[in-house]
Amino acid sequence: MDMITSILAITIRAGTSLVFATIGEIFTERAGILNLGIEGIMLMSAVTGFAASFYTQNIFIAVLVAVAVGAAMAALHAFLTVTMRANQVVSGLSITLFGSGFASFLGQRLGPASNNFRLVGLKGARFMPASLEGISEVPILSAFLNQDLLTYLVYILIPLSWFFLYKTRPGLWLRSIGEDPQTADAMGIDVIKAKYFYTILGGVFIALGGAHLSLSYTPGWAENITGGRGWIVVALVIFSMWNPARSLWGALLFGGINAVQFRLQASGTNIPAAFLNMLPYLGTIAVLVLMTWWEALSKKVGAPAALSQAYMREDK
Amino acid sequence: MRIVFEKRKSRARGILFAVPALSFMISMLLSGIVLLIAGANPFETFASMASGAFGSSNGFSETLVKTIPLALTGLAVALAFKLRFWNIGAEGQLVLGGIASSWVALFLGPSLPEPLVLPLCIAAGFAAGALWAGIPGLLKTRLSVDETLVTLMLNYVAILFAEYLYYGPWRDPKGYGFPGSAPFIEAAWLPRIFGRAHAGIWFIPVIALLFWVLLRRTRWGFELSIIGASPRAARYQGIAVQRNILLAVLLSGAIAGLAGACEVTGISHRLQQGLNLGYGFTAIIIAWMSQLNPLAIPFVALLMGGILVGGDQVQMMMGLPSAMGTVMQGLILFPMLAGSLFTEYRIRVLSGKAKKSKVACVEGEA
Repeated sequence: MDMITSILAITIRAGTSLVFATIGEIFTERAGILNLGIEGIMLMSAVTGFAASFYTQNIFIAVLVAVAVGAAMAALHAFLTVTMRANQVVSGLSITLFGSGFASFLGQRLGPASNNFRLVGLKGARFMPASLEGISEVPILSAFLNQDLLTYLVYILIPLSWFFLYKTRPGLWLRSIGEDPQTADAMGIDVIKAKYFYTILGGVFIALGGAHLSLSYTPGWAENITGGRGWIVVALVIFSMWNPARSLWGALLFGGINAVQFRLQASGTNIPAAFLNMLPYLGTIAVLVLMTWWEALSKKVGAPAALSQAYMREDK
Repeated sequence: MRIVFEKRKSRARGILFAVPALSFMISMLLSGIVLLIAGANPFETFASMASGAFGSSNGFSETLVKTIPLALTGLAVALAFKLRFWNIGAEGQLVLGGIASSWVALFLGPSLPEPLVLPLCIAAGFAAGALWAGIPGLLKTRLSVDETLVTLMLNYVAILFAEYLYYGPWRDPKGYGFPGSAPFIEAAWLPRIFGRAHAGIWFIPVIALLFWVLLRRTRWGFELSIIGASPRAARYQGIAVQRNILLAVLLSGAIAGLAGACEVTGISHRLQQGLNLGYGFTAIIIAWMSQLNPLAIPFVALLMGGILVGGDQVQMMMGLPSAMGTVMQGLILFPMLAGSLFTEYRIRVLSGKAKKSKVACVEGEA
């Protein structure tokens, strides 16, 4: 493979988990719920998914376990913010704090006795890249078509969720909930139920992102395997202006930063590794500043108007 | 029969204390269940945690060692949270404070008059923390860039920068490959007062009291409270909202930076790995559990420090993961959050027809 194809292939691999989580968070935020628990959910689904893959050696059970855990954690966020009307920022932070603590606890406890109950260093079932005969020789194209199953799922998910959000009736309802829940309610939409549903659906996609990390990208469990990806996703949602179709660009950008880091480190540059590792985080800040600035300039507002506001139905 | 929620005009005092206390008990219960599933006896574990953290003078001094950064970062975070500025970057501000303090100790210290070294180290930490918090502070107040993400991203940047320094240019040539700077000269050491617990502990009551006086007794504190309650109302009152937020954020970062300065001058006496132990994140739990009350923060920090030391203890004694402490801390927040429904709202069960006007519709809280 030539260099561009190989960088592109790594970019897509690195971007997969980001797209999953970004689309999940877009659904959640479109329903007016800000979920800052992404990092915690990704860590929890990564650790439980990997544990399941280690014990069952079945990749699909592993994904199911990860998704169930992600859905449960998102449901907790929905319960706290929708039913108990807790502050969404603090509730999301709590999910992340708890999720990272509990994930590292599980990583030190779920392993077999022979490994001192730790999961670090074990091997489980994992997703392997699959491609059609012959395609792996074609430059550029092979970068897209020599990926694992979850990445192929992303290819379908991006157009599908765009179509759902902008071309279907339930998609219109969802957007209306995030913009003006009172009106949506008056239109006969069950706002509370919808907020629960899309928060949990978001959790499912975020969990797929977490599962991709421990089952494919860096197979295995390592403490803090996400490395802040859950937070980068919060910025990517802003970057994509809450539009699933645009989630691709942000993920490619950050996947690309990862790939360039990879290449530079491998080629032995004299830039210290620490500075290379800062790139995604500095990039996130740059993206945020640019987006905010651009929004102010173009007077376009991307965020759902009722994002992170508690909704309380007036007594009828 | 219907259940309605009315927004409370003022928060009930009893509930303000009851909710955190109850939340702590529920988190103990939930942690107990986690322990049972993990195959450990919860009572034995909790007893061992408690005696590990508070039962011996050695354990207690270690608890104090953790309490100092936790209380300081807790106060730092609470100050920013008062204004609804979500500073989750206390960790990075602490690290940068530690870096600046180390720089003074390593490079200026040897040529300075001895009595000046330590105060300058502390001042450097203070200033660096403020500087680091000033970035998201300026971005927020000038360009309205979301502060949650910027503060968080700067954590990673600060931690990586510290790594670069102690693995790279600051690495001790006589350190046998150990990742850390050379040790500080003794003039830069904070005196120890009890075991490893150092004089940095005195900053806690001073800052907590100043914080309390500021909020309750000064005009500026009054302005901050109005901004926190409603930025719009504050603007109508002619309060310079953006400038006040920026000042409070700088102060918040400075206190976190001070915590970092205390860590390097009081404990490690060098810049090394282990400066970032997640104190800045635990600080969020502490601030929230104290309901942002500066006088409650030192005590909650002591409790959280105890849980962390106790967690290390059960790892050594019972082979349980040390992350048990973090799990317990994380579990405290959920009942707290669920309980906010009871501190913010009055719940009434109405029978028959009540007047519609009695029911408050909730305004959004960002």
